[in-house]
Amino acid sequence: MSAEPRLVEVRKNVLKQNDVIARALRERYRQAGVLAVSLVSSPGSGKTAFLEKTLTILHSKYRVAALVGDLATENDAARLARSHAPVKQIITGTVCHLEAAMVQNALDGWDLSELDFLFIENVGNLVCPSSYDLGEDLRFVLLSVTEGEDKPLKYPTIFHSADVAIITKSDLAAAVDFNEELARANIHAVRPGMEILKLSAKSGEGIGRYVDFLEKRLAITRPIAPVGSGQS
Amino acid sequence: MHELSIAMSIVEMAQEEAERHGYAQVHAVHLKLGRLSGVVKEALLSSYEMACESTLLEGSQLVVEEIPVEVYCPECRVARMVQSIQWFCCPECGTPTPDVLHGKELEVVALELKQ
Repeated sequence: MSAEPRLVEVRKNVLKQNDVIARALRERYRQAGVLAVSLVSSPGSGKTAFLEKTLTILHSKYRVAALVGDLATENDAARLARSHAPVKQIITGTVCHLEAAMVQNALDGWDLSELDFLFIENVGNLVCPSSYDLGEDLRFVLLSVTEGEDKPLKYPTIFHSADVAIITKSDLAAAVDFNEELARANIHAVRPGMEILKLSAKSGEGIGRYVDFLEKRLAITRPIAPVGSGQS
Repeated sequence: MHELSIAMSIVEMAQEEAERHGYAQVHAVHLKLGRLSGVVKEALLSSYEMACESTLLEGSQLVVEEIPVEVYCPECRVARMVQSIQWFCCPECGTPTPDVLHGKELEVVALELKQ
């Protein structure tokens, strides 16, 4: 009865379920020719202002949409609706991060082939979102000049998991004595070679370069013009 | 604090495996936990106890093997252990490198099962 326990080898990724859905989403984005970009940052780093600016600018030329994660309110979706791009809120309740299944559910009924860019705003949190792949093509981590230059060193895991660092609120840099060189060095310490873009959603500084970056990435995602974009 | 949902996934996975192998009780779960997994060991251990309540895993032990971060040095052309996750570079030659070989693991490697 009280036999010795038997050791059974398993070798299974704990987040396998999430990863399977994330892979399916990535494939769906690829087939639809949409560039999926997720945003992570601490609360108050200017994610929603950045996203509103992004949607407003891109909306005149491209087909854009956004999913926004929030713990409890729909305030962000209401704010983003001013950009006239389709926006859907994902209320996560007590969950402090987005998971691939939440993104999949939120995209239910959306025809992704009608989009050029899909933005996914994660819950404001620099810890938990790092563990979950959402199938995104690019992950942006935002760092506002008011947060201090050492954020990357305090949260190396999430900075390492991102593809691009966006330094936001650059219009306030002088007021808070932001040391840009140090911030860049810290970002590169945790993720050597990471692309860094500095901008201000308020003043518009750096937005041109940022839009160029997105357009170049879209061209990589979609090397062939989509069907219906005109005949040669 | 996402460790509770991670712990619940571990419990669910272990239960399924135990049932599949025809065992009534899980004595221990062996987990590989990378330093870059985004999961905190202490938080996971306390969440695990909670997640095990009223399951085949009640009273079981979570045995965590922490996996250090190993990167590929393009200069030395070998795998190297980083000295700090705040500084992704080769500890020998100092070349910065973002190429992680190990340290993102969050993997159940084995179970100790009892009848």
